[in-house]
Amino acid sequence: MSGFPIPPNRKPTLIREFGWAEVWTIVLGIQATIVLSLVAFTGGGIGGLLVAVARTAPVRSLRALAGGFIDFFQGTPMLLQLFLVFYGLPVLGLKVNVWVAAAVGLTLHASAFLGEIWRGGIQAVPGGQSEAAHALGLNYFARMRFVVLPQALRLSFAPTVGFLVQLIKGTSLAAIIGFVELSRAAQLVSSITYKPLLAFGFAGLCYFTICFPLSRMSARFEKRYSIKT
Amino acid sequence: MTYHFDFGVLLPYWSQLLNGCALTLWLGAISTLIGLSIGLLTVIAKRSRFAALRAVATGYIEAIRNTPFLVQVFFIFFGLPTVGIALQPWPAAIAALSLNLGAFSAEIIRGGIEAVPRGQFEAGAALGLSPFKTFRYIVIKPALRTIFPALSGQFVLLLLTTSIVSSISAEELTSVAQNIDSATFRSFEVYIVTTLLYLAMSMLFAVMFKAIARVWFSYPTK
Repeated sequence: MSGFPIPPNRKPTLIREFGWAEVWTIVLGIQATIVLSLVAFTGGGIGGLLVAVARTAPVRSLRALAGGFIDFFQGTPMLLQLFLVFYGLPVLGLKVNVWVAAAVGLTLHASAFLGEIWRGGIQAVPGGQSEAAHALGLNYFARMRFVVLPQALRLSFAPTVGFLVQLIKGTSLAAIIGFVELSRAAQLVSSITYKPLLAFGFAGLCYFTICFPLSRMSARFEKRYSIKT
Repeated sequence: MTYHFDFGVLLPYWSQLLNGCALTLWLGAISTLIGLSIGLLTVIAKRSRFAALRAVATGYIEAIRNTPFLVQVFFIFFGLPTVGIALQPWPAAIAALSLNLGAFSAEIIRGGIEAVPRGQFEAGAALGLSPFKTFRYIVIKPALRTIFPALSGQFVLLLLTTSIVSSISAEELTSVAQNIDSATFRSFEVYIVTTLLYLAMSMLFAVMFKAIARVWFSYPTK
C-alpha cells in the first residue's frame, strides 16, 4: 500500500468519522432487517398453520411428525439452524445465497414456533365448538376453517406478537452467516469508525424502537385474553 | 444429489466436541447463577418504594428484552473497552448471558410472586409470622411451583443462546465446531453433529426439570 499517494487534504488514516454516511448504512440495515422479518413471519405463518393443524390432526403419524419438527427447532440453537440451511443448500445441489439461506432458516424456525403457539390456541378452543360444528354437518376442513382456527388465532394473538419480537431479534443472527442487516451494518460501521459503543448502541436503539411497541401490544392483549400455550 | 456424506472425518474430534459440550454447560451454569441473582435483585428493585429504583429496573428489563442478544454481546465485548472496561471473551460472554437472563427471569419471578394470593401473606401476618418467615414458609413454595416451568424453559433457552457467543470467539460448543469446520471443510456434517449435541442437551434438561417438578411440586392444591 506504500505506493499510494495520500491526498493532501486527507488525514493519512483509514479511520472514518461517524457521520451521516455511517448512520445511513445502519438505516439501510434496518430496511433489510424489516424485510427479512416480514418474509420469515409470512412464510412462518403459512408453515406454522400447517404445523399447528398437523399437530392436532386426527392422524397419529401426522401429529408425531409435527411434534418432532417442533421439538427439533425448539431444542436447537437458531444459529445452528441457520448454519445447517446455509451449508445444507449446497448439499442439495442449490447455490448458496445468504438472503435465501437466512429467509429459509428463519421461515422454518418461525413455522415451528408459530405452529406450537397456534397448537395451544387450537386446543384452547372448547371441544364443544368442534362437536357443534360436526353436528351441523361441517367436514374437517370447514370445521377448522370457519369454527376452530378463527377462535384459536384470536386466542393466540398475544404470544404470536411476542414471537414476532423474538423473530425480529433473531434476524440479527443472519449477520453471522454474512447477511447485511442491522447488526451486520453496525458491525461494519463499528470497524471503519472505531466507535463500537456508538455503532452498537445505535443499532440497539433501532431494534428497541421496532420491538418495544410490539412487546407492549403483546402484553396488552395478554391481559385481555390469556391462555396457556 | 451428488454430495457424499463423510461423518468419519469427525471421529478424531469427538473429545473436542465433548469438551465443547462441557464448556457450554459451564457457561450456562455460571450465567444462570449470576443471572438469577440479577433477576431477583431486579424484582426487589421493581417492587421497591422508590420510583427511581423501579424506573431503573423497568428500563433494564425492557432494554434487554427488546434488543437482540448478538447486539448485547457486541456492545459489551467491543463497545465497553472504549470506556475502559475490557473483558476477555469468556467473562464478556458470561456478563452478556447473565444480564440477558436477569431481565427475562425478573419478569418470570415477579409473575410468580404476584400469583400468590394476598390472603396468604395476610394469613402469615395473622399467625404472627415475620415477613421473612411468611415468605420462607408460606409464599416461596407455591411461587416456585408457579414459575418453575417458565424458569426451566428459560434455562434451556439460555443454553441454546450460548451458541451466539462464538461470534466473539468465546470458547464453547459452537466455536469448537467452527474450528473443526475450518480444519476438515466438512461444514454440513460438523454442524449436524453439533446441532444434535445441543438437541440432546436441551432434551436431557427438559426431562430432568420435568422429573424435579414432579418430585417437588406435586402436592395437592385443593
